[in-house]
Amino acid sequence: MTAATPTMAGQDPQERHAAAQRRRRHITPGGVMWTSVRYLALVISAVLFLLPFYLIVRNAVSADSEITAPGWTLFPGTIHWENFRELFTDPSVNIVQALVNSAIVAVLQTAGMLLLCSMAGYGLARIPYRWATPIFYAVLVTLMIPPAVTFIPSFIIVSQLRWVDSYQGIIVPVLFSGFTTFLFRQYFLNFPHSLEEAARLDGLGYFGAFWRIVVPNSGAFFSAIAVITFINNWNQFLWPLVIGQDSSKWTVQVALSTFLTAQTINLHELFLAAAVSIAPLVLVFVVLQRYLVQGVAETGIKG
Amino acid sequence: MATSDLTAPVPGPAAPLRRAGARVGVARAFWLFVGPFLVGLVIFVYAPIVWSVILSFSRAQNTVTPGDWVGLRNYIDLLQAGPFLSSLITFTIFATFIVPLTFVLSLGLALLLNEVRMLRAFFRSVFFLPTACSYVVASLVWKLSIFNGVRFGLANTVLSWFGVDNIAWLATTSPPWYWLVIVTVRLWLQIGFYMILFLAGLQRISPELYEAAAVDGARHGWQTFRFITFPQLRATSVAVLLLLLINAYQAFDEFFNLLGNSSFARPPLVYLYYTAQGNQDFGHGTAGAVILAILIMIVTLAQGRIFGFGRAE
Repeated sequence: MTAATPTMAGQDPQERHAAAQRRRRHITPGGVMWTSVRYLALVISAVLFLLPFYLIVRNAVSADSEITAPGWTLFPGTIHWENFRELFTDPSVNIVQALVNSAIVAVLQTAGMLLLCSMAGYGLARIPYRWATPIFYAVLVTLMIPPAVTFIPSFIIVSQLRWVDSYQGIIVPVLFSGFTTFLFRQYFLNFPHSLEEAARLDGLGYFGAFWRIVVPNSGAFFSAIAVITFINNWNQFLWPLVIGQDSSKWTVQVALSTFLTAQTINLHELFLAAAVSIAPLVLVFVVLQRYLVQGVAETGIKG
Repeated sequence: MATSDLTAPVPGPAAPLRRAGARVGVARAFWLFVGPFLVGLVIFVYAPIVWSVILSFSRAQNTVTPGDWVGLRNYIDLLQAGPFLSSLITFTIFATFIVPLTFVLSLGLALLLNEVRMLRAFFRSVFFLPTACSYVVASLVWKLSIFNGVRFGLANTVLSWFGVDNIAWLATTSPPWYWLVIVTVRLWLQIGFYMILFLAGLQRISPELYEAAAVDGARHGWQTFRFITFPQLRATSVAVLLLLLINAYQAFDEFFNLLGNSSFARPPLVYLYYTAQGNQDFGHGTAGAVILAILIMIVTLAQGRIFGFGRAE
């Protein structure tokens, strides 16, 4: 930073930076044209990206006759609010049960995974014990095989435990994520030693130091992992489909998929159910986007 | 890198525990932290894999108990020309489209966003928003609204303005229009996510590199991209390519919801789902899972060899 390049000798870095900014912002007819082209491309892309959300909302508040009408109606003339009552009272579409199941599964999975994986990650990173390295390698090996590839093996164990069609069958096997533990271990390796030493001087053991010092000072990292995990768990499909076979254990994704495949319910009901199923996530997404973006950028997690 | 500290007999500076009973305390603390996770890892990750490897040498129709040994029969069945091999071909075709398309489009959007000042956060949010949507909901919109194959579908409505007849998108196998539906749904869902990874990579590039290039007479645009931006994004690009490939390998949701058990486009996990859950044939199901696990391990290890252990360090 301090060493000026020969061509720029005599200028300090700040000045140099400002000069570069001026150069970049220098307005030319070509520059205006390129900026317009860029914004045009961005606006077209944004319309395409928002289009599916528009379709969900439009179809959710339309009557079926409006959805299937020839010629495109941009939006129904009157919003059919009664679609909500129809959806929530339709006995053949137990959407409330499905939403409750999804909430139970996603909340417990997120909480359980954070607890188990953060503690394991901390133990592996910070407690000097002879088994730490072999166990860390045992975790690393599991990273090579994505969990979805082994859904049949996992199903076999769950069926032996007689956990098919149970909440614990959907929730528990997913908790032991080698990848999340790996991320926590890498994070705790870089956690400042000085903070923990202060805790140790106050007479706290590993357990006290972790809960009183390390966790409260890692809010941003825990939030990032929590938001990503929650979204992935709410949206997961294959595992709840395999384990939650009875309709009383369907998560909202499994319920939507069943209605989609069987096509036994009205179009507007199906789209309204889809809208209701993504509403909590869009809310989480908008409110906590900062943590989400940061978490994705740092970890590259994707369900 | 820091793993070697963990094996050192003397605790590091972070653990100034010098009492005689400290070792017992360390052991107890370690198992308190790592024990619950380790037990779960053994029961729900290692035990299933071992059980499956054993079961894959058995005939296991309607049962998950090994016993009726058939040697390599299940593996030989799968590796002969048939639905399992064609599911691997389906994956290959799918990956050939989805990996380069997502790569180019998400990098393109990241570069565009990086060039503008006004409304950058707004556009970033819009492109990232589909990440909140599930594959099931997206498949629902694609199947019943955009590409439903009848005249009120959005795609056919737009085509009708240009005088093109209705296309039955998901039912047409020649030309294979269903690929357009399958590929676009995943593009919409995942481009924003990879765009965020590229944006993070772009922001790590030192502005001084561009300034030096400007001094040397490089024109802003293709030249700076070719000689600075793209080489500087090497680590991000390698990680994105590997993630895209691994995620395409696990494709299930959109194929299941859009095409079901169609014989023309069944990726590996959909084939295994119908083998194990539909036909209750766990011998072939576990053999298939073992083959898929070995293939993905080879890819991961190969990328470790070729690109250094990448992000895992």
